[in-house]
Amino acid sequence: MSFDKSGQLSYDDFAAWIRRYAGVIADNKQYLTDLDAAIGDADHGINMDRGFQAVLPKLDAQTPGDVGAMLKVVGSTLISTVGGASGPLYGTFFLQFGIATAGQSSVGLEQLLKGLDAAISAMQRLGKAEPGDKTLLDALIPARDALRRASEDGEQPAKALSAAVDAADEGMRATIPLVARKGRASYLGDRSAGHQDPGATSVDLLIRAARDQWAG
Amino acid sequence: MKKLINAPDRVVDEALAGMAAAHSDLIRVEPPNIVVRKDAPRRGKVGVISGGGSGHEPMHGGFVGLGMLDAACPGAVFTSPVPDQMQAATKAVDGGAGVLHIVKNYTGDIMNFDLAAQLAEAEGIQVKSVVIADDVAVKDSLYTAGRRGVGGTVLAEKIVGGCAESGANLDTVTAMCQRVQDNVRSMGMALTSCTLPSVGKPTFDLGDDEMEIGIGIHGEPGRSRMKIATADQIVEMLMTPILEDLPFKSGDRVLAFVNGMGGTPLIELYVVYNAVASMLKGKGITVARNLVGSYITSLDMAGCSISLLKLDDEMTRFWDAPVHTPALRWGL
Repeated sequence: MSFDKSGQLSYDDFAAWIRRYAGVIADNKQYLTDLDAAIGDADHGINMDRGFQAVLPKLDAQTPGDVGAMLKVVGSTLISTVGGASGPLYGTFFLQFGIATAGQSSVGLEQLLKGLDAAISAMQRLGKAEPGDKTLLDALIPARDALRRASEDGEQPAKALSAAVDAADEGMRATIPLVARKGRASYLGDRSAGHQDPGATSVDLLIRAARDQWAG
Repeated sequence: MKKLINAPDRVVDEALAGMAAAHSDLIRVEPPNIVVRKDAPRRGKVGVISGGGSGHEPMHGGFVGLGMLDAACPGAVFTSPVPDQMQAATKAVDGGAGVLHIVKNYTGDIMNFDLAAQLAEAEGIQVKSVVIADDVAVKDSLYTAGRRGVGGTVLAEKIVGGCAESGANLDTVTAMCQRVQDNVRSMGMALTSCTLPSVGKPTFDLGDDEMEIGIGIHGEPGRSRMKIATADQIVEMLMTPILEDLPFKSGDRVLAFVNGMGGTPLIELYVVYNAVASMLKGKGITVARNLVGSYITSLDMAGCSISLLKLDDEMTRFWDAPVHTPALRWGL
């Protein structure tokens, strides 16, 4: 499954992306938790896995068709099951993405970017974080920006997604030397430097899952 | 890891079922995992709820009952509860006079309570929130998530619960909670790490001869790691930043709270309290009330925290007011 000839993704493409990511999170549960243990409270992988395991049966029960409606279900399920800071943040991401794509049975790059814009600004309102604060935004914003640049340059969707993954990778690695200014890691002050942010890492996995699913 | 558990992912549910069985005269446990005062909602009384990650018992579920909380929302271990819980708790305790949310200052707790307050207000329930942020170990600046909510939360829940029980309205109850927050300061230390049931190994490594000063209640590192010292020296290290921060002055009347982190015996907490009391006496500060015991814990962590609350007559009266909960009971 991938972009069709007119550059559109279907409901099934989105559902497959979420299912793939649920598997990726399960596989990386320990890794994300270990990253969190270094600068947070050692639960990021466990919480994300609990949330996405709860999402899977909701996806099965969903009537295929409306991409936005499905993403809203993903968002509200995450808000209701994850807890911590990642629950509201990831929940808001999918909820806003869903609101931006409500009623659509297919989504192209342009709507994808609109969805990301809406999701990112809502996450920033909720978490009050800025780029460079050592949060998940440090992978998400560069990925969105790279996707937009590639799209504006007229790149094929698959290539644009690869550019987004590269930017997310770079953004994630760039969190290593940063001193955290938000979340539990900020209590560490300078001692938070030298560790990769777990939220930026799970976002990187999310963008990768999209690339692997849609352009793999 | 040696723990009295059946399975890591069932700890919270089974502990809540045990609480419900042990204290059925005081509380009920309802889906989605909320602890509710047995006779809630009380018509015309402001509801007071709190919540946070599990692993800090008896906080918060152990403080549900007459004169303290109307409901508590326990999340997974060290993970903030989800908005559904606070929304359900808010509805369960609303007696028509509105509901106060007492929120500890952690990023996840703030966001989840914020979403829950919006949902409850959309259903026509008036909700106010007060954020407890009393941990002086954290520098409160633009560059941190702000001070953590720690021991002061216990004192706030008791005093605010007494205020709500007296029939005060939502604005008055909210102002009382803010007054406690404005006058309480705390700091903690750890002798050992805690071990999360789901992780199975200590959250951090602390040498046999080391301690962490300024520890958080989730094992978050504090201000500094150093060689172990005597109880008197440790009390000095915790009390000095607390006293300087408010600041507490000669002539003040305070509530002194010495709290165990979960793995420290009461005999050691009394050694600590002895040092706290004599240090306060030396500074001309009167200990008008006190609390000694493990009330806001960090699983099996060994260590303690000290909280000082500058009292006024009204706060003292609500502290003394009758309370009947699983963990605190007096005045009945």
